[in-house]
Amino acid sequence: MPDETGTRITRGYTGYPETHAAMGSLYQRDFGQHPLPYSPGYKTTVARSPSLPLLSMPSTITEETGPVFGHEMLADLDNDLTCNFTGRPAIGERIIVHGRVTDQERRPQRGVLIEVWQANAGGRYRHRKDGYLAPLDPDFGGCGRCITDDEGRYEFHTIKPGAYPWPNGTNDWRPAHIHFSIFGTGFGQRLITQMYFEGDPLIPRCPIIATIPDPKVAERLVAPLDMAMAMPMDSLAYRFDIVLRGRRQTTFENRMEGL
Amino acid sequence: MVQKLETFHETPSQTAGPYVHIGCTPNFIGVEGIYSADLGAADPFPDAGDTITLVGRVIDGTGTPLRDCMVEFWQADGGGRYRPGQGFARRPADAETGEWRLVTVKPGRVPFSDKVMQAPHIAVWIAARGINLGLHTRIYFEDEDNDGDPLLGRIELRHRVPTLVARRDGGVYRHDIVLKGEGETVFLDI
Ligand SMILES: [Fe+3]
Repeated sequence: MPDETGTRITRGYTGYPETHAAMGSLYQRDFGQHPLPYSPGYKTTVARSPSLPLLSMPSTITEETGPVFGHEMLADLDNDLTCNFTGRPAIGERIIVHGRVTDQERRPQRGVLIEVWQANAGGRYRHRKDGYLAPLDPDFGGCGRCITDDEGRYEFHTIKPGAYPWPNGTNDWRPAHIHFSIFGTGFGQRLITQMYFEGDPLIPRCPIIATIPDPKVAERLVAPLDMAMAMPMDSLAYRFDIVLRGRRQTTFENRMEGL
Repeated sequence: MVQKLETFHETPSQTAGPYVHIGCTPNFIGVEGIYSADLGAADPFPDAGDTITLVGRVIDGTGTPLRDCMVEFWQADGGGRYRPGQGFARRPADAETGEWRLVTVKPGRVPFSDKVMQAPHIAVWIAARGINLGLHTRIYFEDEDNDGDPLLGRIELRHRVPTLVARRDGGVYRHDIVLKGEGETVFLDI
């Protein structure tokens, strides 16, 4: 998947497979832009967060390559959660969620697989472990997926998920959110996150969002209402742009095979 | 005055939560009819000859196996080549035992630089409730020559090296990943 510069890598190794011709070493991760692994306000992290430092090392071909997923794997309704479960329309407020996936240099990330999952309009997941009182919607499955186009754009049609309570503190509620799983072009760019909705009063009260120490950082997970993309008499729209780890790619560091 | 450095920040991570399977392996938990098959459910190299079986668990700081995690694998083929359409697998932990099982080919050596090779390994990424940022680690093999591997060579506390090395156990390789505490696995910032 060549990027627009068509350049190759910067480190010692030049022998990437053809299909990974534009690979380059990944920018080091800035952990200040992420939640803290150990966050006692979110109790489950206590036993599930490493206590020893991570081993830091520049990326290798293993992290710089990754699986490539083609549009042929997608069915027509994969990105339409409003009707991809039974074919009948799900209950709830119809919305479009769209955005662009770029890397840290704002290079569009094309061919990126995005998987989403969410609760139904009442805040209930289709999962045997979800015992919330809110009813299941027989016509809502709760997952969808799509692959970004040449400009890195993606789009889902869904219903706005409801807020739901969860056992953490005695009265903790999740703000409405959609879970996102994103594959970049390298396995080292792998990312799972959550999108929230502009104006939700539960956002500043959420212990999971609070695992991100800097509220300015957390704000980047809040999708604004996007009236330009709303479809009149059909769906409101929210825009959620995603940034994946960048890669070192410059023509100066390019070199011929064997030099 | 200087120019503004125009690089942007990576999107912050959030936990995959308890229902990661709805999004990533819906058929596994009975949300059927949306995808014909779960992504990564097939063996990563279905047609290759020299297969191995890897089994393991992800264990938390209290010694309890995670039964709600998702583990992903990315590896080169037996000849040490990364192939875009193969080499990826995704396994949900068993809902009772927490065990995952991967049938694959043993990866070949892949380059680190034009002069240095890496010992055979599989990249692993773990997502689950309570994990705020997906964890990268690797699986090496005890019956391979791991000396000179640049990543293993960087581990300062040498007694931690075996946390990245799968043991032969009868006909399979066994590899438990420990998130925290005694025997804590080496996780990677890579
Ligand atoms: Fe959720």
